[in-house]
Amino acid sequence: MGVVGPRLQPTLNERSRPGRGGGKIPHPPAGALDRIPAAALRDTPPALPELNEPDVVRHYVNLSHLNYAVDTGFYPLGSCTMKFNPKLNEWAARLPGFAQLHPYAPDEVAQGTLQLLFELEQWLAEISGMRAVTLQPAAGAQGELTGILMIRAYHRARGDVERDEVLVPDSSHGTNPATASMAGFRTITIPSAADGGVDVAAFEASLGPRTAAVMITNPSTLGLFESRIGLLLDEVHAAGALAYMDGANLNAILGRFKPGEAGFDVMHFNVHKTFSTPHGGGGPGAGPVGVGEQLLPFLPSPRVLRDADGSYRLERPGERPTSIGRLRSFVGNTGVLVRAYAYLRAHGGSGLREVSDDAVLAANYLKHRVAQAFDIPYDRPCKHEFVASATSLKKKTGVRTLDIAKRLIDKGFHPPTIYFPLIVDEGMLIEPTETESLETLDAFADALIEIAGEAEADPELVTTAPHSAPVRRLDEATAARQPNLRWRPMTGRQMPCPD
Amino acid sequence: MPYGPHTVADRERMLAVLGISTVDELFEDIPIELRSGGLDLPEPEPELQLSARLQALAGRNRTDLVSFLGAGVYRHWSPPAVDQLLVRGEWYTAYTPYQPEVSQGTLQSIYEYESLLAELTGLDVVSASHYDGAAATAEAALMTCRQTRRDRVIVSRAVHPHYRETVRTYFGPRLELDEIPLVADGERAGMTDLDALERLLADPDRPVAGVVVAQPNFLGLLEDMPRVAELTHAAGALFVAVIEPVSLAVLAPPAAYGADIAAGEGQPLGIPPQYGGPYLGILAATEPLIRQIPGRLVGMTTDLDGRRAFVMTLRAREQDIRRDKAASNICTNQALLALAASIYLAAIGPHGLRDVAALGAARARELEEALAAAGAPRLHPGPYLNEFAVRVPAARAVHRRLIERGILAGLVLADALPDQPGLDDGLLVCATEVTTGDDIDRFAAALADELRAEPGGRAAGHLATGTR
Repeated sequence: MGVVGPRLQPTLNERSRPGRGGGKIPHPPAGALDRIPAAALRDTPPALPELNEPDVVRHYVNLSHLNYAVDTGFYPLGSCTMKFNPKLNEWAARLPGFAQLHPYAPDEVAQGTLQLLFELEQWLAEISGMRAVTLQPAAGAQGELTGILMIRAYHRARGDVERDEVLVPDSSHGTNPATASMAGFRTITIPSAADGGVDVAAFEASLGPRTAAVMITNPSTLGLFESRIGLLLDEVHAAGALAYMDGANLNAILGRFKPGEAGFDVMHFNVHKTFSTPHGGGGPGAGPVGVGEQLLPFLPSPRVLRDADGSYRLERPGERPTSIGRLRSFVGNTGVLVRAYAYLRAHGGSGLREVSDDAVLAANYLKHRVAQAFDIPYDRPCKHEFVASATSLKKKTGVRTLDIAKRLIDKGFHPPTIYFPLIVDEGMLIEPTETESLETLDAFADALIEIAGEAEADPELVTTAPHSAPVRRLDEATAARQPNLRWRPMTGRQMPCPD
Repeated sequence: MPYGPHTVADRERMLAVLGISTVDELFEDIPIELRSGGLDLPEPEPELQLSARLQALAGRNRTDLVSFLGAGVYRHWSPPAVDQLLVRGEWYTAYTPYQPEVSQGTLQSIYEYESLLAELTGLDVVSASHYDGAAATAEAALMTCRQTRRDRVIVSRAVHPHYRETVRTYFGPRLELDEIPLVADGERAGMTDLDALERLLADPDRPVAGVVVAQPNFLGLLEDMPRVAELTHAAGALFVAVIEPVSLAVLAPPAAYGADIAAGEGQPLGIPPQYGGPYLGILAATEPLIRQIPGRLVGMTTDLDGRRAFVMTLRAREQDIRRDKAASNICTNQALLALAASIYLAAIGPHGLRDVAALGAARARELEEALAAAGAPRLHPGPYLNEFAVRVPAARAVHRRLIERGILAGLVLADALPDQPGLDDGLLVCATEVTTGDDIDRFAAALADELRAEPGGRAAGHLATGTR
């Protein structure tokens, strides 16, 4: 009580009082449900919380204060590209013409959105050097599944049914092997070489007549461009396999490297990373997929088409029987794609190239500064992100990367991605993005260097951090051992509200 | 670049610190032969012009029509509080709460979402969100296979066609998928054929992992869910109910009729139609399925000082931990839409939600009577909540002409379900709490007019004017 600043909040259920709320919806006529068989109806109404609007508003405003976000500060979460989310794009997606359009609306009443989607597909094809793009996948991982299912369809269409393996570097995102499994493939993990690239000898040893696809993130999750990519792609194709590019790190190479031109057969975009659509506390995103010539027949349906008269339409059910089908309902996360469209229009080709130039420059600058106090396991020019490691510091002081991350919270920063990629000991994957000022980059570097000093002078200060967050470190073991995943009134295990 | 902070001096300072003269030197690790020549894209557009362009594009969509279109995506009134809270940057510019100490807002809101949906469905384990109803249904079908170690799932043809197609895509050639036909005529026309289901379940050589049936079904009809549960469980299979969340304010919850998993589209909970997404995939399951459910889960715990707090838990199911052994590849989900649904439910309350569902049912009944009087009787006799199919001769042509009169007359069933017999003259129409008596009168009058003009509809049209 009386504390200024963010405070923990009671749950909706704790705030609820029987009889509160109302005034939103007119009452239905009596007997509105009499025509419905009693067996299909509920016996008792759901015990949802009862609140009035002021309670609801304060609840969610106060809860929001407990969050760290791009709009509140620097969020260098590696591999996630937490750049600024332009406000114009939020406005655009809410225009009634976009927001209120029903997805089953006939093509002739949806021409504005269809044109937007069509143009966006063309631009993404240009950016990736691919032949065509589908906007349907709802997120990067669904884009991966789309790509791998198309590859499977491609091999089957050629009668090449023995290919049941997908090669994935050990530095990859967990989604790559998980995707391969979902599509029924066995994952073969390829070790990384000392320079952070794919170990070519191990790669060649695993590649063969059972290889369906190779999934490569380029630049890799170490923030390094795969310089031997030309050789790797030649070998993939010589083995009769196809090459998938995980486009999570596209923010580094806009206008500098086009995966399709370089020989990749398929890739996904993360528009919530590269093209600034908001991350939403975990989503939504969108994961468009670009393909080269051979995979064109297998694209998910429906595609967005332009007819000879210049009007736009959706492909009709069954119009392209070679399609792998659909991955979700309707055409995609259109509201997200409106934001991406606005972002691409605002930047144009020249602006996108500047995005990558500045993202890479900022990452290299920050790496240079962080190297004063931390190990840099791969010390060569990075792309949009880099890995630092606390191995030496830990040896000297016992302070781990986890502790450093938590101490960064006290200094006003969101921690970077930690312990990923898995191949780096005590790793921190730091991605500044192009929308952070030099002052911010310097302040973050200063904070990290200061923490390294604290680790030597007063390690406990670091190992017990955070000290200034709304909560201290959490008991994750009990959470997993005795899962409490929903509110239950009157159970002994319910923990009291702190206030 | 419009949103970048760097001045010329800033860039020069960074280059100087790095000891290089141009940023190009940082890209020398890209082999020369693979470097790209640039981007052939439109010129950068200042926000002023861009906003006008976006407004013009949005204006090319016709959202002024009086709409009776549902078919899985429903128009509802959403209290303005929902969107005003959603545009707070603390919500929408954060990401997955990997650092719980600075993410208690998102974490508690997800826990509350799980609690709200658990209350609506009666199922205790609710995933923090999937992409949409279709993807959630596909994940549910895969769950049944993992849990039972069987590889055959049966889906009713009265499940949304996009959901069925999505399950098929996710299954591929690895898993078997059979469809239950619909009853062709009689009292149960348009509903899942339970005799056929019984036969499909009876094949001893092809054991079934799961059965998927929707309530209400795609044609708006209410299925005999307790009977489906009985048949499914007798065969040792799991029952997946495809649900619509607003209807659960009045309809029996999945747990009450024995569903093991509920999957569905959360869009009706305060989320605009926005031409297909982002929506909210709902996935809920009984406690024994807790290790099989994919997606994030948030649980209650305490911090070092014993303060109550929330954290992502049971992470060993997830791709970033288990890689190729994960329950699913899902990572980015629809968290902000789960938040929207929670705020909607909190703002509208249990009585409000019941009123939304019951008012929709009342309006739908008025719509049914008006359309019947206009010459378009229902196609199926079974019970419905707020959506139903009507028989309209030359449905596609009439539907198109009604657009010219400012009316979006639902969905042309022959287009959405081309392989389903008996729907050639069908339009699927719905009403919700936003449907007004005026809307219904306009639709009925315009339809009666069109049917008088349509050769096949003449008799019905005369009948309609006689009874009005």
